[in-house]
Amino acid sequence: MSGIPHDHYEPKSNAEKWLHRRLPIVSLMYDTLMIPTPKNLNWMWIWGIVLTFCLVMQIITGIVLVMHYTPHVDMAFASVEHIMRNVNGGWAIRYIHQNGASLFFIAVYLHIFRGLYYGSYKAPREITWIIGMLIYLLMMGTAFMGYVLPWGQMSFWGATVITGLFGAIPFVGEAIQTWLLGGPAVDNATLNRFLSLHYLLPFVILGLVIVHIWAFHTTGNNNPTGVEVRRTSKKDADSDTLPFWPYFVIKDLFALAVIFVAFFAIVGFMPNFLGHPDNYIEANPLVTPAFIVPEWYFLPFYAILRAFDGEVWLVIVADFLTAGIVDAKFFGVLAMFGAIIVMALAPWLDTSSVRSGRYRPMFKWWFWIFVVNFFVLMWAGAMPAEGIYPYIALIGSAYWFAYFLVILPLLGVIEKPLAQPATIEEDFNAHYGKTGGLGGASAPTPAE
Amino acid sequence: MLRKLAISAAAAATLALSSGAALAAGGAGYVENFDFAHEGPFGRFDQTQLQRGLQVYTQVCAACHGLRYVPLRTLSDEGGPGLSEEEVRAYIEQNYIEVYDAELQDWRAATPNDHFPQSSMENAPDLSLMTKARAGFSGPYGLALNPLFKGMGGSEYVASLLTHYTGSEKEEFGSILYGNETYGGGYLAMSPPLWDGAVEYGDGTEATVEQMALDVASFLTWTAEPKLMARKQMGFTAILMLGLLAVMLYLTNKRIWAPVKARAKGYPAE
Repeated sequence: MSGIPHDHYEPKSNAEKWLHRRLPIVSLMYDTLMIPTPKNLNWMWIWGIVLTFCLVMQIITGIVLVMHYTPHVDMAFASVEHIMRNVNGGWAIRYIHQNGASLFFIAVYLHIFRGLYYGSYKAPREITWIIGMLIYLLMMGTAFMGYVLPWGQMSFWGATVITGLFGAIPFVGEAIQTWLLGGPAVDNATLNRFLSLHYLLPFVILGLVIVHIWAFHTTGNNNPTGVEVRRTSKKDADSDTLPFWPYFVIKDLFALAVIFVAFFAIVGFMPNFLGHPDNYIEANPLVTPAFIVPEWYFLPFYAILRAFDGEVWLVIVADFLTAGIVDAKFFGVLAMFGAIIVMALAPWLDTSSVRSGRYRPMFKWWFWIFVVNFFVLMWAGAMPAEGIYPYIALIGSAYWFAYFLVILPLLGVIEKPLAQPATIEEDFNAHYGKTGGLGGASAPTPAE
Repeated sequence: MLRKLAISAAAAATLALSSGAALAAGGAGYVENFDFAHEGPFGRFDQTQLQRGLQVYTQVCAACHGLRYVPLRTLSDEGGPGLSEEEVRAYIEQNYIEVYDAELQDWRAATPNDHFPQSSMENAPDLSLMTKARAGFSGPYGLALNPLFKGMGGSEYVASLLTHYTGSEKEEFGSILYGNETYGGGYLAMSPPLWDGAVEYGDGTEATVEQMALDVASFLTWTAEPKLMARKQMGFTAILMLGLLAVMLYLTNKRIWAPVKARAKGYPAE
């Protein structure tokens, strides 16, 4: 795999040879685990392992939770309390699952930002990027449906608002919404299908994760310099890379242990900090909460959704040109999904031939504004849609689209990139060697 | 490295901000930042306070409110009010707690395996989860540091509500509403439930309104989060073990990479 010359598995004993002729599974595992990995990977390359671990953790805790949960509108809320009070260790499993979702999203956002900064999405890794975006979309769907299951007030009203988005689609929207909900409103049928899908989608994600890993094992990892591993000879490749095991496995596990110290501090001492108090009130279709706020990881996109109200001239123009088909509500929905679509198209929108942001002096600025803007949108999404907040959300949304549709295409043309190191080995030696400087001005710490 | 620290700091700050904002958006009124024994990572329930709170709940709140999710037997669980099993049975008997039995199609005396009764008034909400269903003091300065380190503040909300009646009344749709600084709308249907000496504590604690409010808020924190102490214990154990694992992995990692880094410096590998 990966076209990088390296040692392959050789079956030695007769038993190994016997198995290898029939099913080369040891060979597959060996090649996967021993993949030549650029030795200058820095600490931003740990999130993949964290994410894989999160997925496994969520699946295991989830399977246990389902054993005690009752998907019925009259019993769901009480069954969660049953888990919290009567099931041995149920409270721990549920809090780990609940906060595990947050850890999952913190990790996925850092993973995505890593990809955006170091140009991991660029050729030849477009498929890895696209699969990643699909995983991210499925994660959002899974998390959203999982949040409905405890059947609290935010579960119910969140489900009502979000499925209402599909109702905004012209002509067929209402039919789609009814089909999704299994009825005219969020009810027992909705709860049942959400549990079913919440159980199914993680396994779809698992499948896509395998494809994601397969894809970047085919192209080889990107690295902080964006310079490709030399494939000219095995000696050259060996100078640029180290096998994944043990060098990166141990490094990643160390990072994972540190992250889980923080994670268990949250689970142990403040498990409800990232949740909303209203979700400890049983769902009541007759009482609408004062403010319906989604979970924190949806807030940036919630802000984009709400930013395009009927007073934005772009929305008014769209409404007029389409004779009312694209109204403010549908425009918001298009903008929200569009925000993810333009991100998925980054490999084709970014025209720069330089991969890593480290050697792109102008790009750096725009990238960091993008990161700050992400947090601004998150904050605006948590605020009520009145006063100055919609304007902040609108500016933030505009920047999001401008970053992908204008800035990335233009930068490739006008920017003069800095000199890149010729090889990964050179970058690594410059960082750890006696004379620094070759690795670029602001080299983040590679690999410890 | 610095930049990464900056990112994490920004992320943490934003999380705190957005969460604080969500709290602020709850529309609650003034919440006094009371101190509770169970707050913070080291906080533990004060067992005698839980028992006093149970008394206030039983003699005052239970007239209208219920605790439908709380099994009576848990009163003798570890980390709770710590009644003995005999005391739980005596508690049920003395307070004539009855449950409706669907099989008998009649009311019968409760057993420890039954739950506390439900609310007897339609507009009196169930209190089982009240301290988790309300947010409290989310400051300072909207930074949500208080909820981050001390918990979401539902206990403060309950104690605040009970101690911040303004004394004003108004009539709306034929019922009297009572002014309250903590309650979201400013007026609520519950008349001030506590007055000095409303209950007589067995342990000699003076039953002031504030004392009773704090006690019952503490008790309701236990009903909402009965495994609070076990949870914090797990937190410490997990952090300790994972911390140890992290140190060992750090040293392993350093050892593994040492020859690679030595080669980068131009020294021969060991």
